[in-house]
Amino acid sequence: MLTPLESEALLLSLRVGLVSVVFSLPLGLAVAWLLARREFPGKILLNGLVHLPLVLPPVVVGFTLLVLFGRNGAGGAWLYQVFGITFAFNWKGAALASAVMAFPLMVRAMRLSLENVDRRLEAAARTLGANHLKVFATITLPLMSPGILTGAILAFARSVGEFGATITFVSNIPGETRTLPLALYALTQVPGGDQAAWRLTIISVLLAMAALIASELVARRLDRRIRGAG
Amino acid sequence: MSAMIELDIEKRLGEFHLAARLAAPESGITALFGRSGAGKTSIVNALAGLLKPDRGRIAVGGETLFDSERGIDLPPERRHLGYIFQEHRLFPHYSVKGNLLYGGKGGNGISLDTVVTLLGLEHLLSRRVAELSGGEKQRVAIGRALLASPRLLLMDEPLAALDAARKAEILPFIARLRDELRLPIVYVSHAMEDVVQLADTLALVDDGRIAAIGPVEELTSRIDLRPLTGRFEAGSVLRTVLRGQDATYGLSELAFPGGRLRVPHVDLPLGTVLRLRIHARDVVLANAPVSGLSIRNAFAGKVVEISPDRGPLVDLRIDIGTPAEPVMLWARITRRALHELKLQPGSPVHALVKTVALNRSSPVRREAETEAS
Repeated sequence: MLTPLESEALLLSLRVGLVSVVFSLPLGLAVAWLLARREFPGKILLNGLVHLPLVLPPVVVGFTLLVLFGRNGAGGAWLYQVFGITFAFNWKGAALASAVMAFPLMVRAMRLSLENVDRRLEAAARTLGANHLKVFATITLPLMSPGILTGAILAFARSVGEFGATITFVSNIPGETRTLPLALYALTQVPGGDQAAWRLTIISVLLAMAALIASELVARRLDRRIRGAG
Repeated sequence: MSAMIELDIEKRLGEFHLAARLAAPESGITALFGRSGAGKTSIVNALAGLLKPDRGRIAVGGETLFDSERGIDLPPERRHLGYIFQEHRLFPHYSVKGNLLYGGKGGNGISLDTVVTLLGLEHLLSRRVAELSGGEKQRVAIGRALLASPRLLLMDEPLAALDAARKAEILPFIARLRDELRLPIVYVSHAMEDVVQLADTLALVDDGRIAAIGPVEELTSRIDLRPLTGRFEAGSVLRTVLRGQDATYGLSELAFPGGRLRVPHVDLPLGTVLRLRIHARDVVLANAPVSGLSIRNAFAGKVVEISPDRGPLVDLRIDIGTPAEPVMLWARITRRALHELKLQPGSPVHALVKTVALNRSSPVRREAETEAS
């Protein structure tokens, strides 16, 4: 049903999306917590920094990543020496670029749901003997779970669709960094690629719709649960 | 009086300045009574560790919970004080049973079973919070606090969000905590009726300060505290003992030092201590014994004090007790009646009680060991 090229791009996109979401979730949660619950000097700066990828041209983000995490970049060289990890021109780099681009969406959704958690319930839990950690795990986290889910799905969808930063940072290498949008772009650059491009377009649309519908269904369930009605 | 709760704190909250000093006894219910905004909730929050005072000291049962000088500030989870909030604050994502067991499984003779029985929660355990009525939610909240094994229970207007019927449903349970579990309770309220029914000790909170603290009967009979105890609801609180039943007329006799009140039948064992509230507006005064009236509860006494009011109504404090044990009764009459009867402090007077507020559905105190004769 799918051509080898299509399934290769699809599977790579899924992997890039999943990995970028899984690794940015804890950091996103921490940043959402800081922005929603803490007052500290430089908060406006952090907020701006987190949201920067939303307003910058993706090529700027990609180029910055290239400078920082390319083979000769400061961060890239250090990571390679210490952990043997490199982001240069491989799928991990694509995941990093996607994670950075999707980060603002994830943080926004989580921050919003955290701000809606009734802090009086947290206070009640503490009078019942729960320390900060237990309160977070048993009250805060479950009550903000719809927001975490929404953030994760939005970030996943954004990651799967990431183009500009990815192509700038890790180029367009078949089987390594050629995700769905990059494959689609490549097809539009060759004569007679229209039909194949259409197929990829339809796959992209189906994938995005599936993600959104799944998120809606799970969010409804979670919402019923935390309202105590389901 | 061994003090269970010692509190001496200051806290600035915007324009509001809290400077409360309180020493409440070891047992029974201590009511914090005052207008809304007087600082009652802030005091309870400071006790619970949810509000950090600017300076001062808080100790419960001899343990220091907060001391700004020694740098002590125990977090709420280590204070072991149960807190029942005005809104139930149940966790919506837990079942009733999950809520009950959130803070622990009890101890000191309190277990899930005893709490379920005491609060009548048998049929609610597997329900979700959203399926409960307001009164049921508050009962679950009480059970949840009890199972965390608190040494003291804080209740911040737990009945304020409930209608009269739900309120009547909860009051007996609170009385049972006091009488059966012997749990000391700090009870915040702005309803004098609840305070009179439940509390032993009354602390009047006014503008961030504790204006007075003492036994309920004593504070409610003081003229100088009347602006705080509530003028409209002015009345006296009498401690009586059920002494006799009159089967012929269906009346019960309630004795106090110096007399007996006859009230419609009270279905309780003889010797039960009942606290009554008699509104000042329900007391009629006469300067001679009266006959030919339908009022049967008449007591000879003398005027102790007359309120310095300038309006058309004045309040008089009448002692209808014995020289050894005075019993104070408030009477509200018109200024004109005061002048025509020529009443002044020391005047002999006859007090006629029209009605006695003795709510049948309300809990009554049983404390045979401190029974008065």
